[in-house]
Amino acid sequence: MLQTLVERFPQFLLKTSAYRGQDTAVIKREGLLEMAGRLRDDPGLQCDLLMDLTAVDYLKYGRSLGSAPTRSTPSPLPYYMKPKPTTEIWERAVSNETYRFDVVYHLFSSVYHHRIRLHVPVTAADPVVDSLTSLWAGANWFEREVWDLFGIRFTGHPNLRRILMYDEFQGHPLRKDYPVNKRQPLIGPTT
Amino acid sequence: MNAQMSGPPDTTKLNWMTTRLDAALGWARKFSIFQYPFVTACCGMEYMATATSHYDMDRFGAGFPRFSPRQADVLFVVGTISHKMAPVLRRVYDQMTEPKWVVAFGVCTCTGGFYDNYATVMGIDTIMPVDIYIPGCPPRPENVLDGLIKLQEKIATEPGTTPKAWSATGVPEDAVRRPGRPPTEMPTGPSARPPELHAPHRPESHL
Ligand code: SF4
Repeated sequence: MLQTLVERFPQFLLKTSAYRGQDTAVIKREGLLEMAGRLRDDPGLQCDLLMDLTAVDYLKYGRSLGSAPTRSTPSPLPYYMKPKPTTEIWERAVSNETYRFDVVYHLFSSVYHHRIRLHVPVTAADPVVDSLTSLWAGANWFEREVWDLFGIRFTGHPNLRRILMYDEFQGHPLRKDYPVNKRQPLIGPTT
Repeated sequence: MNAQMSGPPDTTKLNWMTTRLDAALGWARKFSIFQYPFVTACCGMEYMATATSHYDMDRFGAGFPRFSPRQADVLFVVGTISHKMAPVLRRVYDQMTEPKWVVAFGVCTCTGGFYDNYATVMGIDTIMPVDIYIPGCPPRPENVLDGLIKLQEKIATEPGTTPKAWSATGVPEDAVRRPGRPPTEMPTGPSARPPELHAPHRPESHL
């Protein structure tokens, strides 16, 4: 699977990795739409099912003791809560200072039963990626959720509105800089 | 023992009794609890377990949930209430006819429980008066029945949340039961959100 990707999309790939059968490719933002379309339609790949679409905020990742530990920063957690050591350090499309989000796509082929995970790194200043609603109608609500909770915009989305939070909500609650217990009640006391 | 107390009572002499009207009403009401289960989360499973024949809520006259707030006496708030759901819950409460009682079922509705985040209401007594708190995550059916019995006692003796709930100042006396919580301004009326917060309703725009 990854071999095929490396052969066909060398211009879009930043990094590939495989962990226990889960193939992962970090790709450039510009190549997302074309690559996803080829993954879906190519007779040898046929990843016809968009299983999941989500995002990760790496704002504080590895930068404080309270955040997720890496191999170079010892974990304050007990051993059974430590994450498994990762075998590689991923390279990002942007520098660490401006890099912030990963948009993550999981594709599955119901023909060949293989899976591929795509990461699209985006910066804090420009959190925009192409919408996949033209390829999978099911991406619609996923992308609305990611917009709602992370504030990542999807160009070409037909109706990019909040889906989980109410329209009056200010901000994006799953961003790491949203205060963890800041509440915005519709009725009742505000604290 | 004297001879008069032995044997069955003379029923011809027992065909009248005296009582107060509200005591009789309370006695009647406490065995006809028509509940509105507002079930949002995991506590609902325990609510269902309590409603099964094994625990037999019908013993207390509470075996018949009404899924219309206008036919219900007791609002069971079962499960986590999010801020998005709070106006809906408040509206259900406003639609119930008087007299009405509210039961907070599970720690999520009592205090917010272990949730302390952007989404969760920190106890439904911040948005409406509450009569009975049933703690537990989720409460065991015995705990629920205990709360139900306490509710019956309360129904038999008190008029419920409504008459004293909304005073002229808009501050309900019942709403603040927990120590340390300041009195809060309660929104009144069925549509309690301020008009500038009203989002336009677009029923077809979810796609
Ligand atoms: S109190 Fe516990 S069981 Fe009940 S709704 Fe909350 S989290 Fe679920």
